[in-house]
Amino acid sequence: MNGVHDMGGMHGMGPVEIEKNEPVFHAEWEGRVLALRLASAFHHKWNGDMHRYARERMPPARYLFATYYECALFALEKLLVEQGLVTAKELETGRAEGKASVEAILGVAGVETLLRNRKRVRLDDNVAPKFKAGERVVARNIHPAGHTRLPRYARGRRGVIDRDYGVFIFPDTNAMSRDKKPQHLYGVRFAARELWGPGVSARDSVYVNLWDDHLEPA
Amino acid sequence: MSDHHHHDEHVREHDRPLSGVALRVKALESLLVEKGLVDPKALDEIIDTFETKVGPRNGARVVARAWVDPAYKQRLLADARAAIAEFGFFGYGEDMVALENTSKVRNLVVCTLCSCYPWSVLGLPPVWYKSAPYRARAVIDPRGVLKELGEEVPDDIEVRVWDSTAELRYLVLPERPAETQGWSEEQLAEIVTRDAMIGVVQVTVPTGSRR
Repeated sequence: MNGVHDMGGMHGMGPVEIEKNEPVFHAEWEGRVLALRLASAFHHKWNGDMHRYARERMPPARYLFATYYECALFALEKLLVEQGLVTAKELETGRAEGKASVEAILGVAGVETLLRNRKRVRLDDNVAPKFKAGERVVARNIHPAGHTRLPRYARGRRGVIDRDYGVFIFPDTNAMSRDKKPQHLYGVRFAARELWGPGVSARDSVYVNLWDDHLEPA
Repeated sequence: MSDHHHHDEHVREHDRPLSGVALRVKALESLLVEKGLVDPKALDEIIDTFETKVGPRNGARVVARAWVDPAYKQRLLADARAAIAEFGFFGYGEDMVALENTSKVRNLVVCTLCSCYPWSVLGLPPVWYKSAPYRARAVIDPRGVLKELGEEVPDDIEVRVWDSTAELRYLVLPERPAETQGWSEEQLAEIVTRDAMIGVVQVTVPTGSRR
């Protein structure tokens, strides 16, 4: 979706400020949000791409004003209701109207395994690549209303396949319909001038990870 | 909330929560516990893991080993996931790519669409990495960002920006400072910073840090 989350190249956001000796969490609730998110995802009612898409659907003015963990909380609440783990009424009142029917929940003993073995999105499927390293490509000029990992700044731009990373889940469909649509993922090199015009260094470049469905031969 | 923020009126109020959010989170946790969906002790364990077991010290060990052990460096550049797994860190199953800085090439990592970050080696991302200014500017004005953070990159050096648009995360392998000849792997790991492994600064030898 052409949302405010797609920030690459925007102006007016202010300086980058690095906080010295930044704590892992700035408030206790931030850690709780992260943990609630991981423990809730344990039920496999949604995938990581659906989580990203939920974040992107935060109303734009709120998104720009929200902290990372406020966005995560918004997405978690949305997914819990949309995927039927809690009802909208339960979320509103804070009172459970019954136990959820789930097979198991994440216990203390399961945390290490969960964090060590987070599901990979690289797949073993035997899918032929559409492009080879060194080949010239153009990122498709598409504007899906749903989730996409093709940033706006790269659309319609010409690049070169830097490398083929192998077969991965395609997030654009995985977020919308759980269709993994296995296909090759590439590192695509775009010259900075191709993206931003003559005002930037001719030496510089931006590497974007894109899938077969994002690309066409140039 | 502590008062460690010094932000002005820009839109990136990325670390100033709305009042009441802590209460909302508490209410959500109670609800999920009551519904039998989460175990609060598991939540504590997750938080403890992120606060004590993961973080940029892990990445620093990877970088230091690559600096002292050429065979390890080759493995890291060829298959970063496998090379990092040799340390036995909490893995997250991330596919990783190591990006080597040289005297001619500087690498810079960003996630313009969200906040993708190599948790297994750097832990959770800092606020600035997740903030609108960095996500917006790193791809269009990397030299401006680097300059603002303290370094003007000479024209003859190539800047490569890596937008983390996939489940494939990057670790920048910074250049080893020339004055660290003879240092041990442990000593080297101490000077490798998180920000150097994201690529926004170089590794320097702090004054007073001698072997």
